[in-house]
Amino acid sequence: MDIAKKIEKNRFLRFLKLDWGKRSVIGIPYIFLIVFFSLPFLVVLKLSVSEADGIHYEDLTSYVDGIVNIKIKLSNYIFLSTDPLYVETYWSSVKFATINTVICLIIGYPFAYFMARSSPSIRPALLMLVSLPFWTSYLLRVYAWKGLLDDHGVFNNILMWAHLIDEPIKMMHTGFSMTIGMVYTYVPFMILPLYANLVKMDLRLLEAAKDLGATPWKAFWLVTVPLSKNGIVAGSMLVFIPSVGEYVIPELLGGPSTLMIGRVLWDEFFSNNDWAMASSVAVTMVGLILLPLVIFNKYQADSGGAKGV
Amino acid sequence: MDSKLGKSWLLAGYIFLYLPIVTLIVFSFNDSKMVTLWGGFTFKWYGVIAHDTEVVDGFILSMKIALLTATASVVLGMLAAFAMVRYKSFFGRTTFSAHINAPLVVPEVITGLSLLLFFVMCERLFGMPERGIFTIWAGHTSIGMAYAAVVIQSRLLEMDKSLEEAAMDLGCKPFQVFYLVTLPLIVQSIMSAWLLTFTISLDDVVSTAFLSGPGSTTLPIVILSRARLGLNPTVNAIATITVAVVAVGVLATSMWLSRQEKMRAAEQSAAYREGMQVVEA
Repeated sequence: MDIAKKIEKNRFLRFLKLDWGKRSVIGIPYIFLIVFFSLPFLVVLKLSVSEADGIHYEDLTSYVDGIVNIKIKLSNYIFLSTDPLYVETYWSSVKFATINTVICLIIGYPFAYFMARSSPSIRPALLMLVSLPFWTSYLLRVYAWKGLLDDHGVFNNILMWAHLIDEPIKMMHTGFSMTIGMVYTYVPFMILPLYANLVKMDLRLLEAAKDLGATPWKAFWLVTVPLSKNGIVAGSMLVFIPSVGEYVIPELLGGPSTLMIGRVLWDEFFSNNDWAMASSVAVTMVGLILLPLVIFNKYQADSGGAKGV
Repeated sequence: MDSKLGKSWLLAGYIFLYLPIVTLIVFSFNDSKMVTLWGGFTFKWYGVIAHDTEVVDGFILSMKIALLTATASVVLGMLAAFAMVRYKSFFGRTTFSAHINAPLVVPEVITGLSLLLFFVMCERLFGMPERGIFTIWAGHTSIGMAYAAVVIQSRLLEMDKSLEEAAMDLGCKPFQVFYLVTLPLIVQSIMSAWLLTFTISLDDVVSTAFLSGPGSTTLPIVILSRARLGLNPTVNAIATITVAVVAVGVLATSMWLSRQEKMRAAEQSAAYREGMQVVEA
């Protein structure tokens, strides 16, 4: 084999052969992300196994008297996996994220379905109304629920005024207020991929099902739902993954009973100043979201790519 | 599924989506210290925030960072989108695509924490950078460019490649092809990517909290610290202004975009008609 062919075979050498234009198209964003995204995560990984005292940490390797010492401290991870509070926090993060995903699906599926079956002339307007809240500050939208659910908030005031209740119902700083905030924030992430999927469905399939004697309800379960599986999976991922690591919603609407891992990481860092511990929490958190992602990717590969997204 | 159920489901859904925003706006005009008890109509909270240096400075800083972030995100995101769509195989393509998509799914507490620790390490080694606009910008841009890449990538994928090939056949150099053919075709997606990353940056609070220094408090940080303490009428006034600006901005842009779309369609059909006449003659 001559050299030219060998170079053709080797992808790395081929990359070096690219002209400067192509090289910078690939290289510039790549380098940016490596410097400002991957390297920083490696720092976290390193710090999570370093001997540290608050914000000061030792190097992993030291060179004394001709001997290279490598010290890897696993006690943070051992603590994370045995401490009841941390185990409880992980469990409760996954629990709230799951509840959120299920409720978003229950509300969002019919919503996306009716949107997709509405007359084509009003669909763009309906779609715009779903995405418009996206553009306004998410922080402010979460804060708005404080005003609605507070002990002296709008809902309690209305109920008291109507003499339906005598004392305000405790809604803020409970699992209820946090779940409402999460569903409110994430339901558009469920609706949009589902809508994109459902609007493309071939309606003749439903006619065929009807001709073959299926009731509308049966046709819905046996035809529409299976065909929208990709949209369901995509929407659930878009809701579940960010809600596991949520910080703002538990901070503003949650309470002592709503432990969330993102908030624990924040406190570990800002209140306890324990950088090594915060790093270990971050690494385990990545593990927590990596699992559904791997399953999602495998699913996508099996079904030949989710067309709903 | 009957249409009555459909309509009421949609209506209930939209009420759920808009009720909090509407109450925010209504109570920003409330003349009472108790945020949720109506005490008459007033504009006084707008006067209060206009003289609140913390809010005004935070707003100016947030706007600066959002401008820098949106511009950098669009440039980097466009390069990344081109690399993904046009170069089907190059060394490290899989890692490259993982790098582009990862910032979309990694929780912001992690992005913020890791960048901060990285910058602290750099500061110990090289004495820079100090926490401030630059560090916040770097965090926002690594998230923003991922969004920009997704938006521009989907436009590039549906673009007709034969137009570029035609330009090349007619003797355009690669840069001319990009400037004269590709760019006009994807300019809408670039606009929407710019707006999207601008609002993401303007709104970001979690990674900003990690990356901001003592002198660099953005508007969302001010809002978060007030919202934590409870209800605050000045937050409602800020919210109302934000909603107004966003509504006007999004409406204006979508009108502009649909006009562009119509103009392009008209131009295309005119070109097609002319072409047909030439063929017939």
